[in-house]
Amino acid sequence: MTLTHLERLEAEAIHIMREVVAEADKPVMLYSIGKDSSVMLHLAVKAFHPAKPPFPLLHVDTTWKFRQMYEFRDRMARELGLDLIVHVNPDGLKMNINPFVHGSTIHTDVMKTQALKQALDTHGFDVAFGGARRDEEKSRAKERVFSFRSRQHHWDPKNQRPELWRLYNGRKHQRETVRVFPLSNWTELDVWEYIHRERISVVPLYFARERPVVSRNGALIMVDDDRMPLEEGEVPMMRRVRFRTLGCYPLTAAIESEADTLTGIIEEMLRTRTSERQGRVIDHDETASMEKKKQEGYF
Amino acid sequence: MGAFGDRDADLVAADVEHYLSAQGEKGLLRFITCGSVDDGKSTLIGRLLYEAKVLFEDQLAALAADSRKAGTHGDGLDFALLLDGLTAEREQGITIDVAYRFFSTVKRKFIVADTPGHEQYTRNMVTGASTADAAVLLVDARKGVLTQTRRHAYLASLLGIRQIALVVNKMDLVEYSATVFSAIEDQFRAFARSIGLDHVSCIPVSALKGDNILSLSARMQWYHGPTVMGYLETVEVDDARLETAPFRLPVQWVNRPHADFRGFAGTVVSGVIRPGDRIRVQPSGRESRVARIVTYDGDLPRAVSGQSITLTLADEVDVSRGDVICAADAPAGVADQFEAAIVWMGDQPMLPGRPYWLKLGAKTVGATLGHPKYLVNVNTLEHLAARKLQLNEVGVVNVAVDRPIAFDPYTTNRDTGGFIVIDRFSNNTVGAGLLHFALRRSHNIHWQATDVDKPARSAQKGQKACVLWFTGLSGAGKSTIANLVERTLHGRGLHTYLLDGDNVRHGLSRDLGFTAEDRVENIRRVGEVARLMVDAGLIVLVSFISPFRAERRMARDFVEEGEFIEIFVDTPLAVAEERDPKGLYRKARRGELKNFTGIDSPYEPPEHAEIRIDTTVHAPEAAAELIIRALEQRGAVRPV
Repeated sequence: MTLTHLERLEAEAIHIMREVVAEADKPVMLYSIGKDSSVMLHLAVKAFHPAKPPFPLLHVDTTWKFRQMYEFRDRMARELGLDLIVHVNPDGLKMNINPFVHGSTIHTDVMKTQALKQALDTHGFDVAFGGARRDEEKSRAKERVFSFRSRQHHWDPKNQRPELWRLYNGRKHQRETVRVFPLSNWTELDVWEYIHRERISVVPLYFARERPVVSRNGALIMVDDDRMPLEEGEVPMMRRVRFRTLGCYPLTAAIESEADTLTGIIEEMLRTRTSERQGRVIDHDETASMEKKKQEGYF
Repeated sequence: MGAFGDRDADLVAADVEHYLSAQGEKGLLRFITCGSVDDGKSTLIGRLLYEAKVLFEDQLAALAADSRKAGTHGDGLDFALLLDGLTAEREQGITIDVAYRFFSTVKRKFIVADTPGHEQYTRNMVTGASTADAAVLLVDARKGVLTQTRRHAYLASLLGIRQIALVVNKMDLVEYSATVFSAIEDQFRAFARSIGLDHVSCIPVSALKGDNILSLSARMQWYHGPTVMGYLETVEVDDARLETAPFRLPVQWVNRPHADFRGFAGTVVSGVIRPGDRIRVQPSGRESRVARIVTYDGDLPRAVSGQSITLTLADEVDVSRGDVICAADAPAGVADQFEAAIVWMGDQPMLPGRPYWLKLGAKTVGATLGHPKYLVNVNTLEHLAARKLQLNEVGVVNVAVDRPIAFDPYTTNRDTGGFIVIDRFSNNTVGAGLLHFALRRSHNIHWQATDVDKPARSAQKGQKACVLWFTGLSGAGKSTIANLVERTLHGRGLHTYLLDGDNVRHGLSRDLGFTAEDRVENIRRVGEVARLMVDAGLIVLVSFISPFRAERRMARDFVEEGEFIEIFVDTPLAVAEERDPKGLYRKARRGELKNFTGIDSPYEPPEHAEIRIDTTVHAPEAAAELIIRALEQRGAVRPV
């Protein structure tokens, strides 16, 4: 009885989570509400069964997520009986940071990068689980499962610890932190197949239905609330769309789709010809943009 | 055409549900690719990804733009750019780090560890190889088997990879010649046999033209073996062998949600387990039976190697993180001294005798590594004599750990025989170790318990035994102050002994010089002697430059908590050099003395010394006085 690829990926993720809990002082799981977070949370429940996952969830909230994401987040925390910490950068709130006005770069830096550092420092978390995968982006392909950050939360790609076998070296100095990625070796398709196999709940925005959108620079942006300024003559139109990836609604493009079931999504994925990060505006700024953001302390 | 192979897309068209159930049976192969850019490694991987339709349109568009910018391949795609993710790599056009790539076909999912080829990246290749089931070695048909090829094959076999494919690339540049190919094949097979590699396949390809990658090439009809993809889809993974090996589960975490449940969570690293099976917990040797195999999806009737599970036992036995639950009739060995091969990965060399951490399975223990028995030249496989191990060197050493641990030889089990070495100060992973066997002497030499012990001997002398460790630069005044302190203590009727750095070097350490590794060994000897004297009930004064934190830490660990009092005789270098009582600084400055602390060898000041004396403020007599007061306050000696 050889294990299947999903079973091996599942066992590896569980192994990683248990190592962290055994060695960390105060771990936390970064919960972004998306499909990868849903899978990671499900794996955490499995890893520590019959105990509850022995760490809280942390949502770094930009206040610009889709409404359905907030509903989903609160429902999941309630159903699983987990401690959910929501952190919003108070400075960003004061400055009224808005992706429509300030653009994606400033919005992401203030409301995500700075906010994440604040939350980790405030609560004194030393290890944070993240749902990033190596297939998402080139610099992530070279990032370790245990990714060390300096006291200033900086990542040094040239000074990473070798990771051999199933051995993870989690030793660190005071006030250094570690980001741990249990889904490092998963691909987007693995995630969907696992969601299908395990019947994991995901935000309904992943499934196609009629939604109000406008087309900007070739991207379909959903009009999720009345904070979205419409340009002159711009009228939201109803289109059958879904999202491959979820983030801040003004920065996340929808795709036209008929896939309104899990099998529909998987079928669509097998036919698709673009990678999922294309729907994220922040990666296109420059080739090495993710590596740069990571060095500054972004996830 | 989709994100996955055409064959996958056809299946989808037929029936997604059927596709998904087929996915449910798909296995996983982890493999490593070795070779340099010149051999066409990136082209090969890029070609595999491209043919497996893992490259998306936007990635291809970005690659086309990058290729034009780099300008190395005319209008063609430069797949190397796709793989080299870090800015430094793209700028320098080299691969520095291990990159992991993913693709899948109907038969398998693949995780590729793509590693750089040069000797200075041995640690990266070893890292990638540690989790691989198979290795794909690339050679250029025009060049044949090179030193680099032999090195890669050796390292792959050292790390326990049993399946090797030699991919002879650029066959298009040798007119697809069968003669050229079989000469290379014969040469490589002979070498592989000599290092114990049994399962070798040789495949002639042109990665650039796509020959023998996915389908057999019409241009090489003389070749009847598998294509590269065919090989990857069918090569045997190590799981089957591991399942027949004895059961091992290193305990990662003890799960105690409430008083009635005590489960031991971990990954099965070999064998099979069922409820009712007898187990033995190593290193304690306690035995019990498995009560339940608990998972979120319900209790299991059996679990096999690779699964992450939680076991409960029939009896209340003491099991904690780092213990290994084993098949009772074939348990893991237990020992505290081993022979092991070490691949050094630290920028600083491995120092024999220096204390490191060692992590094996879920257990982290203190460890010291001995002098290398020999070093392996990874290019010629010759054994060489060496006094230390440098970055990327492979050597065989004896390893001593500070308590007995459970283990298997690495060749039997990677997870219970492979360990990492961690630097105590930087916390970096500085070495990878492959256990060979336990040293006999750790079984046969037992600690002899004696009736007259340290408390008895100290009590008879009316004192508390301890070590007063004076550290500081040469010329700081350590010996002068230590001598005054000893006189005071002796005058009070206490039993003392002063170990002086210079004096010890006339006898006990006569054979040692002043290199970093000799200094470590010197401190180890002095630390051991101090420990024996503390055991004899004495107050031991040690006056030693002892420049490295790690070694002072080691000396501290030799004795019990509270018995080690570090006294930092703090004198700025300029002041010590000005005093220069023995004329040594002048000699060192003239270059007549090598490795002199403070000049061309570092001094690491203590961060948390129990007592610190600033000699720019206090004369030796006052300093000795202060130390005596401090000792009285700490309760180390009684006030008079």
